[in-house]
Amino acid sequence: MTNTRGSLSIQNVSLSYGKAEKRVLALDGISFEVRSNQFTVIVGPSGCGKSSLLYIAAGLLEASAGGVTASGRLVEAPGADRGMVFQSYTLFPWLTVRDNIGYGLRRKSMPAAEREAIVARYLDEVGLTAFAGHYPKQLSGGMMQRVAIARALANDPDILLMDEPFGALDSQTRHSMQKLLLRVWEQSQKTVAFVTHDIDEAILLGDRVIVMTARPGKVKADIEINIPRPRAPEIELESEFISLKRRILNELRGEIDEDH
Amino acid sequence: MNGKRNLVRSFTTPFGDVPAPAAFIAATTVWVAVLGTWAVATYGGYVADMFLPVPDAVIRRAWKLASDGTLFVHLWSSVEVVLLGFTVSAAIAVPLGLYMGTYKIVQAALEPLVNFIRYLPVTSLVPLFILWIGIGIGQRITVIFFGTFFSQLIMISDEARAVSRDLVNASYTLGTTRREAVWHVIFPAALPGIINTLRVTMGWAWTYLVVAELVAANSGLGFISLKAMRGFQVDTIFLAIFLIGLLGLITDMGFRLMRRWLCPWAA
Ligand SMILES: Nc1ncnc2c1ncn2[C@@H]1O[C@H](COP(=O)(O)OP(=O)(O)OP(=O)(O)O)[C@@H](O)[C@H]1O
Ligand SMILES: [Mg+2]
Repeated sequence: MTNTRGSLSIQNVSLSYGKAEKRVLALDGISFEVRSNQFTVIVGPSGCGKSSLLYIAAGLLEASAGGVTASGRLVEAPGADRGMVFQSYTLFPWLTVRDNIGYGLRRKSMPAAEREAIVARYLDEVGLTAFAGHYPKQLSGGMMQRVAIARALANDPDILLMDEPFGALDSQTRHSMQKLLLRVWEQSQKTVAFVTHDIDEAILLGDRVIVMTARPGKVKADIEINIPRPRAPEIELESEFISLKRRILNELRGEIDEDH
Repeated sequence: MNGKRNLVRSFTTPFGDVPAPAAFIAATTVWVAVLGTWAVATYGGYVADMFLPVPDAVIRRAWKLASDGTLFVHLWSSVEVVLLGFTVSAAIAVPLGLYMGTYKIVQAALEPLVNFIRYLPVTSLVPLFILWIGIGIGQRITVIFFGTFFSQLIMISDEARAVSRDLVNASYTLGTTRREAVWHVIFPAALPGIINTLRVTMGWAWTYLVVAELVAANSGLGFISLKAMRGFQVDTIFLAIFLIGLLGLITDMGFRLMRRWLCPWAA
């Protein structure tokens, strides 16, 4: 077990939903380690327990067996050290874009001037300075996810959990969001656990890709992505990228076939 | 030409917006039609003025009661009772409903009892209240409280329970504690629904007020209405009905303004 800040260790985590005959085993003793500052991408068939795993790491859901340690401490409850961007839209509708981004800092009672400077920086980073005073309802889906990312980053968590944050976006918006995330991450070097269905996205963003089996979820394959950074979407045409993609697809295909 | 087509189109589009002047003209037309029908029926002699007063009789009655001050005494008596009963009810129902919707244990404790009381017709309790409290202002306030509180509580707890779990989860990952979540997340998220609940139950408060005033009171718009019935003063009854409607309209507008002011984000 690593003891450094930002490390994440998933140890033999099992999870079942429901009782008696309705019992569903979602995760079956899954284990892996995420080093501090590593960008780990998790892919797997739909329903294999990816969201559940992130919820457990965040402390929002209790594992039926096994445990998670974050920065060396056992996860027992959610906390600001593990930020999360959700699969669904979760901006606070009663707060403006500016106040959504500053929400966590306000909870920490950070002095206003300091908070405003950080908010301004992330507003700029995600290109929404002109929308600082808008409410979430007045934003498009892509803009809302940008705010959600800025909100999570502004709070400066040690670990960032991202559950298909770009899943609902069109491919063009998705590409610009990927570039944005790459740029921000290459600067901040946070530990990231990122779930996606998009294999191109997984290879583009990740230091490694964990392929999960169909439900109940376990680790099927753990693949290092040694493409040098900074990366740009153009690498998708390189042979190294394509051979990684083939490998991941093969691992996944086996799972999806077994599922049926 | 084109403008006219667009207008017709906006009228016939489901959920389509219409220009404010058009909305105003439509509302005015309906009012003029109703009042016009009334005027024709009475001035034309189609309905006996013992049953339906001529419009100017109502106005003259209003003027007479206003000039000797009795109108304002009764008006204020009604408003005072509604405001007191409703405010006491809302002041307890909002926080309690919030806790009831948030914490299953509070719901488990209260819901069976509250639902039992909620479906008792308040009118069936009125004899009991008169026996206990008499026919003073306390009795009327109690009737309004019992008429609104239990429904408010259930409706507000439903609003709190409907708040997205992931909104609360997101707040946890940003450092909100479980204790803070009630007031920092669930309350603001449920606020537009809470204000709507208050708006709807305010209408019921007016209904129960008149019930209470008709049964046992010595002042108020329902009371003068009942007294007028005994003296065959149908114009006073109309005046009372009109004033109750007007007060209802004003409070309703008050709640709309409050919603727009407190929840501009939900517009
Ligand atoms: N609230 C719940 N109650 C009961 N079963 C659930 C619940 N949430 C998830 N499950 C079950 O757990 C399994 C894993 O769910 P989870 O949402 O973690 O999957 P996922 O990998 O994130 O799927 P997707 O890729 O579609 O988002 C699902 O197959 C489902 O059957
Ligand atoms: Mg999921």
